[in-house]
Amino acid sequence: MKVQGTVIRYGDNVDTDVIIPARYLNTADAKELASHCMEDLDATFVRRVKKGDIIAAGSNFGCGSSREHAPLAIRESGVAAVIAKSFARIFYRNAINIGLPIVECDAEIGEGDTVEIDFDNGRLCNRTRGTEAAFAPFPEFLQNIISSGGLLNAIREGKL
Amino acid sequence: MGMTMTQKILAAHAGRESVSAGEIIMADLDLILGNDITTPVAVAEFDKAGKKEVFDQNKIALVMDHFTPNKDIKAAEQCKKVREFAWQKGIVHYFDVGEMGIEHALLPEKGLVVPGDLVIGADSHTCTYGALGAFSTGVGSTDMAAGMATGKAWLKVPPAIKFNLTGKFQKWVGGKDLILHIIGMIGVDGALYQSMEFAGDGVANISMSDRLCVANMAIEAGAKNGIFPVDAQTLAYVKAHGNRAPKVYAADPDAAYEKVYDIDLSGIGQTVAFPHLPENARTFKDIPDIRIDQVVIGSCTNGRLEDLAVAAEILKGRHVAKGVRTIVIPATQQIYLDAMKAGLLETFVEAGCAVSTPTCGPCLGGHMGILAKGERCVATTNRNFVGRMGHPESEVYLASPAVAASSALAGKIAPTLM
Repeated sequence: MKVQGTVIRYGDNVDTDVIIPARYLNTADAKELASHCMEDLDATFVRRVKKGDIIAAGSNFGCGSSREHAPLAIRESGVAAVIAKSFARIFYRNAINIGLPIVECDAEIGEGDTVEIDFDNGRLCNRTRGTEAAFAPFPEFLQNIISSGGLLNAIREGKL
Repeated sequence: MGMTMTQKILAAHAGRESVSAGEIIMADLDLILGNDITTPVAVAEFDKAGKKEVFDQNKIALVMDHFTPNKDIKAAEQCKKVREFAWQKGIVHYFDVGEMGIEHALLPEKGLVVPGDLVIGADSHTCTYGALGAFSTGVGSTDMAAGMATGKAWLKVPPAIKFNLTGKFQKWVGGKDLILHIIGMIGVDGALYQSMEFAGDGVANISMSDRLCVANMAIEAGAKNGIFPVDAQTLAYVKAHGNRAPKVYAADPDAAYEKVYDIDLSGIGQTVAFPHLPENARTFKDIPDIRIDQVVIGSCTNGRLEDLAVAAEILKGRHVAKGVRTIVIPATQQIYLDAMKAGLLETFVEAGCAVSTPTCGPCLGGHMGILAKGERCVATTNRNFVGRMGHPESEVYLASPAVAASSALAGKIAPTLM
């Protein structure tokens, strides 16, 4: 799988409370959640995000609460992938389980850069800067979940 | 190479002699937990697995605690969805208003977790049960749905950091100060993907209530779990709360640790985590005068009877400062009743506090104590992220019940000087 998109850039420790504040967790409706995505960190996100954009961030992305509403809101916003130096572990597994592509990679990426991610070969190419970085592809077990389109599909298909 | 305590529990639940850090296993689950926010998403996912029934009606706990008693129509609809699911599937451990409590205080109290268990919960503070010598970790709603359908979860075996504890806490210092001190030392991603394993002579000097508080906040250092060795105190606690037999696991003497920290409990002072990360820990030599508008004493971190007793001892015969809204939330119905019988609730009301029925409420900015723009709160809760308790420009300072009570009296962030 390959994804190419324009980067929206954030820093370290982007927590799930700013990705989707708890005051909106009285619904599980993905569209409604997406309408408040990133609200407490970046009130402009909802207006400027375009389908296929990529979020790039620093370390510990998605720290805090286990709310799956966070990756759901990001996915529903049209974001094609999230790149971070590291992910908080619950966010990491939630993203895999719902099929939101994520990449753990310490690459130089700026706001507005065009980035291409080659998931199969573990290559991240920054078209704007002309740089490349490598990342470890997912182990086979997780690739099976992703290729099935999420954990429950993988279970139904008997892949785990 | 030996295994850590966590690795031994994981190996046993994967039907394996041994496991090593980094490998992915499928583990059998002893208990799966969900609340009124995460379960509705799991219920929607559950049907995708193609199973009509849950794997075991006795091994699922559903606790309506976050936005309950229902704060608005949408929250009421969410609870209704879970209530109907619990009824249809015959879930035994379903806890609604009147019998519920904050999930991580409730489950140990009900004897639903014992040493050696493997527990996943669709709530990040599920790591609390490590205090009982169980492996427990937070997951999302999809993991919860898969667990309810199959009784299994995929887990990556974590490496560990060891915290070797010695000595005894000083007066008015406890588990909250210890865990804030540790997070201040290693950072909010200091234990990312790892276990925090507590060990050493000092463990015997830490109460079960304080151990639950410490393990509860392991997630705030990014950890997969935090775990305490099982000792006489643990076994006495488990015996008093249920009738399931514990399975005691201990780390091998040659277990590998990524890092080992030595901590003398007597060297820790009252500690406060400043906005907007739990790692911004300070002791009172570095805390200026900061006026506050609200104090919250409660939550899965510090809403147990011992926490309320500490706060009541400080507040007894005194009155909170004018303008400081002080909200006390016993974490479970049993704690509420015990606090009532012990006269603690009377002390709180006489001191000018509002006492609430159990709820997570203000901790996550749900209800029962939301902050306005520019307001500051000292809270015994676990997170002080931007907007956590209300307006994005409000501030939460994390502290112990003792510091919270002393601050309520002083009208500013204050140490306990008694």
